Amino acid sequence: MTASGWFQIVLLLVVLTGVTPLLGGYIHRVFAGERVLLTRVVGPLERRTSALLAGPKPAGQDWKAYAGSILMFTAIGWLALFVILRTQSIQPFNPQGYRSAPWDVSFNTASSLVSNTGWQFYAGEATLSNFAQMAGIAVHGFASGAVGIASAIAVIRGFANRSGKELGNFWVDLIRALLYVLLPLAIAGSLFLVGEGAIQTLAANVHFRTLAGGSQLLALGPVASQKAVTLLGSSGAGFYGVNSAMPFEDPTGVANFVEILMILAIPAALTATYGRIVGNRRQGWALYGVMLVMFLGAAAVAYPAESRPSPAMRAAGIHGLNMEGKDQRLQVSDSALSAVAATASGDGATNAALDSFTGLGGSIPMANIMTGEVIFGGVGSGLYGMLLMVVLAVFVAGLMVGRTPEYLGKRIEAREIKLVTIGAIAVPLIVLFMTAWAISTRYGMRSIFNAGPQGFSETLYAYTSQANNNGSAFAGYVGFVQPHAPGNAGASGVTFADLTGGAAMLVGRFLPMLAALAVAGSLSGKRTIAAGEGTMRTDTVIFAVLLSATISIVALLTFVPSLMLGPVVQALTPRLF
Amino acid sequence: MLRQLRSSVLAVILLTVLLGLAYPLAITGVAQVLWPHQANGSRVDRDGRLVGSLLIGQDFRGEERYFQSRPSATADDPADTAASNLGPNSARLASEIRARVQSFLRREQPYDPGLTPAMIPADAVTASGSGVDPDISMANAAIQAHRVAAVRGLPLALVMRLIAEHTDGLAGGLFGPVSVNVLALNLALDAAHKS
Repeated sequence: MTASGWFQIVLLLVVLTGVTPLLGGYIHRVFAGERVLLTRVVGPLERRTSALLAGPKPAGQDWKAYAGSILMFTAIGWLALFVILRTQSIQPFNPQGYRSAPWDVSFNTASSLVSNTGWQFYAGEATLSNFAQMAGIAVHGFASGAVGIASAIAVIRGFANRSGKELGNFWVDLIRALLYVLLPLAIAGSLFLVGEGAIQTLAANVHFRTLAGGSQLLALGPVASQKAVTLLGSSGAGFYGVNSAMPFEDPTGVANFVEILMILAIPAALTATYGRIVGNRRQGWALYGVMLVMFLGAAAVAYPAESRPSPAMRAAGIHGLNMEGKDQRLQVSDSALSAVAATASGDGATNAALDSFTGLGGSIPMANIMTGEVIFGGVGSGLYGMLLMVVLAVFVAGLMVGRTPEYLGKRIEAREIKLVTIGAIAVPLIVLFMTAWAISTRYGMRSIFNAGPQGFSETLYAYTSQANNNGSAFAGYVGFVQPHAPGNAGASGVTFADLTGGAAMLVGRFLPMLAALAVAGSLSGKRTIAAGEGTMRTDTVIFAVLLSATISIVALLTFVPSLMLGPVVQALTPRLF
Repeated sequence: MLRQLRSSVLAVILLTVLLGLAYPLAITGVAQVLWPHQANGSRVDRDGRLVGSLLIGQDFRGEERYFQSRPSATADDPADTAASNLGPNSARLASEIRARVQSFLRREQPYDPGLTPAMIPADAVTASGSGVDPDISMANAAIQAHRVAAVRGLPLALVMRLIAEHTDGLAGGLFGPVSVNVLALNLALDAAHKS
């Protein structure tokens, strides 16, 4: 550990805290339909596309209609992506002449991208054409991120609405999220990354003789444009198999710092947007504070844990930092911070191999995801996930003091609690059930790479990450086998892992989203009660503590037994397996 | 329902054209004009011939006159990137590290007799995350300098100076540790050797 490592972590959080109200206020103005600086540039395009998709006078949608539009849009997007992946060989921008991916891997990949997961059973540079990366992976980085933002805005409106059942119009929100938020930030971000050394070209891979006389094939592609949007939109699907570890994606320490900021910026900003829409900025800061403290706690464990040698290094007589699976241009603090940021958020783009993290260090990313992706979380999904936890915390508090729970002056009743419970329990159930299924069958065991408890950890991580739409991995876990040359020649999928994982991603994305929209629909227009003597305030430090406790306890009760079998065992023993 | 279907199909087409083609092609155009060196992979030529990318490590194993890159799970293949993904308690990882320690000592000890296993920096015997790590640590470079200087018949001080010149670590290591770019250093060595 170094002072500069800690300083960098603190600096990140200071900058993030500064950016949050600025970007959050901007997003608020955009979705309120107010004029912003960019209106002049993208206004005409916005009006035309909105009219095309939502009609000349877009009507407000109730939660069911809003959800219906999301599901239909996602279904068509899924289909388009699946077709792109399966017909790669006949498309343009395929300088390497790659064939199409196997059907089961394509199923997993299409599900991964439309669910904003970015789980990669494929290695992009060796299996995907530039067209599939641009028109497939990157487009859905935008689309799924925008769906997340739009759905969060709709949920917030439902929480805030004093009257009426309308949550907004999905198509209008989708276009605004894309044109005013994701696209401009992606343009700025990708140009910055190119300046730092990320590549951006459509040329074919270059073959040459190395200095020592060997041969090397430089895999090239439109990397920066895709990197920017997969970070901002929290899909996190890297251009290369190793994602941000690849210097062409994450070339320098400065680039790495900015990339982490790009991952966290929008999910953090949405807390400020929330505070503004509900008319009490402190409500937003309370959520932000919970996220910040939990984030800091995770970083404070992961960084020291990775600054120690792993048991395997000790056994070989080597001391110092756990550098297995990490690149030298990044500090261990960079790698630990990246792992925390990528998993606390829904992004999943890490710059180091989590599979090689120490037992304790590797348990942090897993635990982050197990909180249900609410520590910043995915763009939009983090916020509505957090709001579900807020309702739960309010309910618990209400039970403790024997009062009818209320939030923002609205009564929380049986219907909301049922929906919240569904939203909070569905994903952990999927994770545990699928992990158990995979670990107890021959088909599931095929994907495991490491021996001993790490093999279990890989499986648990795979389903945790997929069902929570994170996308990071203990990447030894296999869902795609490519024995020979690149370009999908002779490749096959591990059907069990591909299909169960794909299903987990889709259900894990849309069930909580629908639950959140339904809660919002139920709260929308509910009569508000004026705050009185006995009202529990939800914009205070005490409530923030209660909320953190609720999140931690729900995650702990659900997952500690399974964490014991994997990462905890490894953290406690010097034994090798 | 039909209306939503129509909007969905239109939206997917629109997004594919605008964000899947126009956006990346425009960024490619701008990047190629503003930063052609970076956009094409920070390539370096020598005598008019491409010899590598400054961001991509190369395999120098068996070449004693060169500084050696970090171990790689892929023999430094940028077209098939991978880490070892071996777990922290992996017996296979332990035996791989042991083998790397042995080969590191075999290579460096003749030129640096005081070298013991405990002095070997972690980055020299662990596989990188990308498989194509272009950098090594200062400590790693300082050990290798003895061998490189001896094999090339160059003064150690000159080799150490070249290391210092090819060291980066912005703001005293605030953003990324102080590390040494192996390809740039080896190219500089070749140039110094010739003159």
